[in-house]
Amino acid sequence: MSSSTATHEYQPKTRVGRVTHFVDSRVGGSGMVKEFGRKIFPDHWTFMFGEVALYTFVILLISGTFLTFFFDPSMAETHYEGSYLPLRGVEMSVAYASSLDISFDVRGGLFMRQVHHWSALLFVAANAVHMLRVFFTGAFRRPRELNWVVGTTLLIMGLAAGFTGYSLPDDLLSGNGLRIIDGVVKSIPVIGTYISFFLFGGEFPGTAIIGRLYVLHILLIPAVILLLIGIHLFMVVIHKHTQYPGPGRTNTNVVGYPVGPVYAAKAGGYFFIVFGIVAAISAAFTINPIWNYGPYDPSPVSAGTQPDWYIGWVDGALRLMPGTVGANWDFEWNIPFPWGVNTLSLNVLFPALVPAGIVFTLMLAWPWIESWVTKDKREHHLLDRPRNAPTRTAVGVAGVVFYCVMWAAASSDLIATHFLVSLNDVTYWLRILVIVGPIIGFMIARRVALALQRKDREIALHGRETGRIVRLPHGEFIEVHEPVDEYKRYQLVSFESPEAYAPVADGNGHVSRSEKLRSRASRFFFEDRVAPVTPSELHASHSGHHGEIANAQDRESIASH
Amino acid sequence: MKALSQRRRHPLAAIALLLMALLMVGAIYSAASSANQAQAQTESFSANDAEEGEKLFAANCASCHGLGASGSSAGPSLVGVGAASVDFQVGSGRMPLQMDGPQAQVKPVQFTEEQTRQLAAYVATLGAGPAIPDEEILDASEGDPANGGELFRVNCAMCHNAAAAGGALTRGKFAPSLEGSSEKHIYEAMVTGPQNMPVFNDANISPEDKRDVIAFLKTIEEQGSPGGADLGSLGPVSEGLFIWVAGLGVVIAFTVWLTSRSS
Repeated sequence: MSSSTATHEYQPKTRVGRVTHFVDSRVGGSGMVKEFGRKIFPDHWTFMFGEVALYTFVILLISGTFLTFFFDPSMAETHYEGSYLPLRGVEMSVAYASSLDISFDVRGGLFMRQVHHWSALLFVAANAVHMLRVFFTGAFRRPRELNWVVGTTLLIMGLAAGFTGYSLPDDLLSGNGLRIIDGVVKSIPVIGTYISFFLFGGEFPGTAIIGRLYVLHILLIPAVILLLIGIHLFMVVIHKHTQYPGPGRTNTNVVGYPVGPVYAAKAGGYFFIVFGIVAAISAAFTINPIWNYGPYDPSPVSAGTQPDWYIGWVDGALRLMPGTVGANWDFEWNIPFPWGVNTLSLNVLFPALVPAGIVFTLMLAWPWIESWVTKDKREHHLLDRPRNAPTRTAVGVAGVVFYCVMWAAASSDLIATHFLVSLNDVTYWLRILVIVGPIIGFMIARRVALALQRKDREIALHGRETGRIVRLPHGEFIEVHEPVDEYKRYQLVSFESPEAYAPVADGNGHVSRSEKLRSRASRFFFEDRVAPVTPSELHASHSGHHGEIANAQDRESIASH
Repeated sequence: MKALSQRRRHPLAAIALLLMALLMVGAIYSAASSANQAQAQTESFSANDAEEGEKLFAANCASCHGLGASGSSAGPSLVGVGAASVDFQVGSGRMPLQMDGPQAQVKPVQFTEEQTRQLAAYVATLGAGPAIPDEEILDASEGDPANGGELFRVNCAMCHNAAAAGGALTRGKFAPSLEGSSEKHIYEAMVTGPQNMPVFNDANISPEDKRDVIAFLKTIEEQGSPGGADLGSLGPVSEGLFIWVAGLGVVIAFTVWLTSRSS
């Protein structure tokens, strides 16, 4: 803006011009628009899930604000006097009564509650799909490792926001969920009971927990999410967006459309599309019908009690854990300490913490694990097609299978009733699958990825099979292959394919143990790689085949005469 | 008398006294309370009904339940199960059993109302048991759905689900959805405890409370779902499935549309 102090002051001619100039000369908007409006974003439908997550978060803020106008997080006892007949006169907490009032007596309240809850489910789902896209395409590699960590933290915060919100209405379903959390907390050895009493302000359920969760849900967690989203998007702008490989796309450019005007319009419009989808779902489909569940009371537990989908896998792990193995071996140990006997309840502690611990630790550490194995510290702005990184894809599939088996286990009772099988058998099978499934998933995914690479290689070298069979003069039958065009071939041949390496000695000629381990890991990753087609291979196959096809076409024309 | 007073400090005297007191309380309770008494048959069956019922029983039920309903290795004795039990099992289509399994499945009703009544009349003659309930105790409009809802959540929801949508039990057994069940069958199920269901006798839940439970079930059935399609009232599982399949499906369709190039 210092240039505007030059002798020749710009004088806008129209009223709009004067207003914009007034603003621009004070906050410097045009500079930002010039810089940001020219940012290029590549076009691909899989790049849109992060946007969906962002938009659903905005919807959550708007609908959540509406709900805070009417929700009262008090656990004081009251008798419901609202308009829902089957609960009238029933003793309940003020929190539950005000949730019922939002549902039945506040104009538009039920719709807003459903908008809030459906967009919460979609928020976490969009987060998850976005992260799967990032993982399977290798977008977490340098320079984006830290953004991957921020994203994972956002997912965890999303789970926290979801769970605290799920618990607020103080209905039977959410109370049962809190009871499970209480059980998990109490299973932590020695300090568990203290943490539980601290959290609930006394013995479960106490009279404090809803108010505390409310503060976390509407203040702390959204603030953290907002901050992390800011960091996340800032890093996206700094790093620039990744793109899929293709002709003209390199590690140093971004091919796509500028923010202004194309992406601003697309993304802005997309917000309204997502809002519209959520609103249509909320208008037509009920979610969390709290009036069905009744007020929380620690004694009843309803059949079909489950958490929202994103906590389901932890619930599933708890359901899969056997209480005892065989007749005598159980997981509840009483350990004598100088101050008395402490119970170590591994049958709760283990399933509640270990699977989630494994998944999140691996997720957070994966960018570094992979770059350690590949010794690849370069910047990557071009994405991998999942088939071109078979081991990473296989690890991802194993993780997905592990997650999905536990997720399915959370609905074991509904699987039993809806597919007319025994609940016990469902549990036994899922117990086996949660261990064997990821291994099978890993092997199949890796084989499929390698097979697809071989297919790509075949197509790049010999073209597509046309299904036309031609007989040559000497009696041989051949199938005519149609070569792929250069753009498609570029995609098939231009990818990086790291190779397994032997351990390298350090300066003293000593091969360290970690180097040996690293070499073994690299063998595991890249031993059976399918090498990309080289130009010379391509050239060799081309000269041979063109002749063949030309020959075949000659044959045909002769035959048709 | 002297012998008794001499033993009053015997170490076992306290125990003997306690036993006597317990016996007396028990005797008075069972005399005063009618809760565990088999109810008198309120619906009047004619002798002809029972006679016809016996013939139907011999032709359709005796192969498993034995002649005279005395039971066999294939089916339990029906002596004392009462008319309500027959009315429920036959009237809801569970009996005659279609096949062996973890529990009897509902199928199209096999007997006419007249025949069901005759079968019930016959079984009622074998021994006293719960009777088919009167119309007035089944009138849902007389009941208090709020009280029924509380009773339902405490006593029934752990198997039947809070919205009565049904739930799983162990080894292939299940608690069915109560949607569409008649008032009479709901009441009879409570008093007879079919399949794996416990018996809720009149001491557990009084007839008026049972009517409240029925009123609750009929209220939630008739009011429909206030928030739109209920997705089976199965809770968060169907909601999660819906958002992943339908919600995300529509979202993906739009992303593909937005990023497609006009050609």
